[in-house]
Amino acid sequence: MAKNLFQKVWDDHVVGQLDSGQYQIFIALHLIHEVTSPQAFGMLKDKGLPVAYPDRTFATVDHIIPTDDQRRPLADEMAEKMIQVLADATDEHQVEFFAPQSGSQGIVHVVGPELGLTQPGMTICCGDSHTSTHGAFGTIALGIGTSQVRDVLATQTLAMDPLKVRCIKVEGELRPGVGAKDVILHIIRVLGVNGGVGYAYEYAGSTIESMTMEERMTLCNMSIEGGARCGYINPDKTTFDFLKGTERVPSGQGFELLTEKWQSYASDADAIYDDEVVISASDIGPTVTWGITPAQAITIDESTPDPTQMEGLDKSLVDDALKYMQIPANTPIKGTPIDVAFLGSCTNGRLSDFKKVAELIKGMKVSDGVKALAVPGSEKVDVAARELGLNKVFTDAGFEWRKAGCSMCLAMNPDKLIGNEICASSSNRNFVGRQGSPTGRTVLMSPMMVAAAAIKGEIADAREVFGLE
Amino acid sequence: MTGQEVTKIVGKGVYVAGNDIDTDRIIPARFLKCVTFDELGPALFYDERFDIEGNSKDHVLDKPEHEGAGILISDVNFGCGSSREHAPQALKKFGIKAVIAESFAEIFHGNCTTLGIPCVVMQKQDREKMAALIESDPEAEIIIDVEELQVVCANNSFSISIKPSAREAFITAAYDPLDTLLVAKDKIEETARRLGYSSRGES
Ligand code: SF4
Repeated sequence: MAKNLFQKVWDDHVVGQLDSGQYQIFIALHLIHEVTSPQAFGMLKDKGLPVAYPDRTFATVDHIIPTDDQRRPLADEMAEKMIQVLADATDEHQVEFFAPQSGSQGIVHVVGPELGLTQPGMTICCGDSHTSTHGAFGTIALGIGTSQVRDVLATQTLAMDPLKVRCIKVEGELRPGVGAKDVILHIIRVLGVNGGVGYAYEYAGSTIESMTMEERMTLCNMSIEGGARCGYINPDKTTFDFLKGTERVPSGQGFELLTEKWQSYASDADAIYDDEVVISASDIGPTVTWGITPAQAITIDESTPDPTQMEGLDKSLVDDALKYMQIPANTPIKGTPIDVAFLGSCTNGRLSDFKKVAELIKGMKVSDGVKALAVPGSEKVDVAARELGLNKVFTDAGFEWRKAGCSMCLAMNPDKLIGNEICASSSNRNFVGRQGSPTGRTVLMSPMMVAAAAIKGEIADAREVFGLE
Repeated sequence: MTGQEVTKIVGKGVYVAGNDIDTDRIIPARFLKCVTFDELGPALFYDERFDIEGNSKDHVLDKPEHEGAGILISDVNFGCGSSREHAPQALKKFGIKAVIAESFAEIFHGNCTTLGIPCVVMQKQDREKMAALIESDPEAEIIIDVEELQVVCANNSFSISIKPSAREAFITAAYDPLDTLLVAKDKIEETARRLGYSSRGES
């Protein structure tokens, strides 16, 4: 019977069915970080259990690590303690730990793919919702809670209900100045922040097929913002080319055999889906959020919504969001002044993001009064960017070039908005208080658009600022 | 098996209105700086409840008439956002024993279930009626019957739904799956070998 990728990977990894009706699923790759995982080691200890498959779990630190001075002990005592607890636990259980300054540290969803740990056909878990990123490689990649991290450590399995699969086909060529971030913001805008509940999203169609791996990761990263449990793209030559030569993927003959196996996981041409949606690439423009969920988004040439034209809960949601954002209703979003520009995160903190922006901003200057941060997603991205001289392009333009970490995406480290500052951000969440200040404001957009906003000091159309038409 | 059966939940209710209430709101990220979940209760909905100086904003959770409420009622897509188990842990430590909403984000749902907190789905009109009942009588007793899929509040009864696997797990006290998962040790190893995923020291 024809199957889609989700069904193939699922069927391969089922250990058995539980009495509750859920399935026990083997987890091929388990990634952990310092915020959600150390507690799980404590839970294991309470039960006197070892880590069942220590060589299938990998650890890094990303959320709390400062991006300026990473020397230990960290100035923040609690942050230092969290790293130390993780370091001790991984040491005790012989789990590989990509510590700061190891050359491999970084945001967990940047590190897994760049090392080649993330491979097609795997089931992948991490105590982090943006684990969906790894779906770009044709995997079932799930964010899980700490008790489930414990389950995976203790058994390398997870109890799970199967998911429905929605195929989202994006067809055609993207317009200039429009990228993967705009595609996913558009999809979430169309399907809603809970449109994906109960589903895995399969992204397909010519637009997706022509995307690079880094673009595919940007797309899959935000599946969770659309409510989907995970999102994936079928593995193809682009996937295999990316993985070839990465540290943890065998080379030579072994690689040939692997690609055959990987290819076999791709959805069959006549696979059946629970739902299908078709989106035309030409309908997608540079997209920015105006509110406090990623679905509250419009294209750069649109106006904010007009709550006087709405009723009931819709009206109150829009009213509340605009009030929080201090953005006027029924007004063009373009021209909204910004205080901070943040380029980084597991959505858009990869080498290609910095490369693309560096080409555009060369010779330009960040607007006076805008604090602009460029934060590489991993130590490897940092090194590669430096080798290309990108850091210099950024600092010449007035950006601060930082060290690897989550930084201002979630602001658990010292990089935070202050008061009601408003930030043009390449990250993935614009929730109330997300960037570290309870009254701080986040406007999500693509890296190109963040760069345009930084240069203009206001939300701007990258196509105009950089002459992209 | 792993805890107490969860078949009936009895308590006062509190209605926290809003769609898409995300986990950053339920527990702001700065409270995630911890190595245990023990201290999370007071931080629940912190930025909604307190201003920057720590003064109460008179949030519904802090109204004296709702003190001790164990059943939280909300709207659409409750618990969206991050996978942080800190969110259900904070609810639990605060004293919340069940959440009623129109729909839930899935990771949050899974986390709650593992902790023995039912995520109960109730239709909009019924939730509105419940909210009105609670407002007029905050002391009204709410009974969630997990087995019968019914909520009783002030002589009214409402039908509800609970994800079947979660309901089954609550009734059989198997909502924390670890012990069940551990039983399959040999089958796990078999699966690992079949897929070529070896454990350390074996090839
Ligand atoms: S960059 Fe942001 S979204 Fe990604 S893992 Fe870090 S905190 Fe989470």
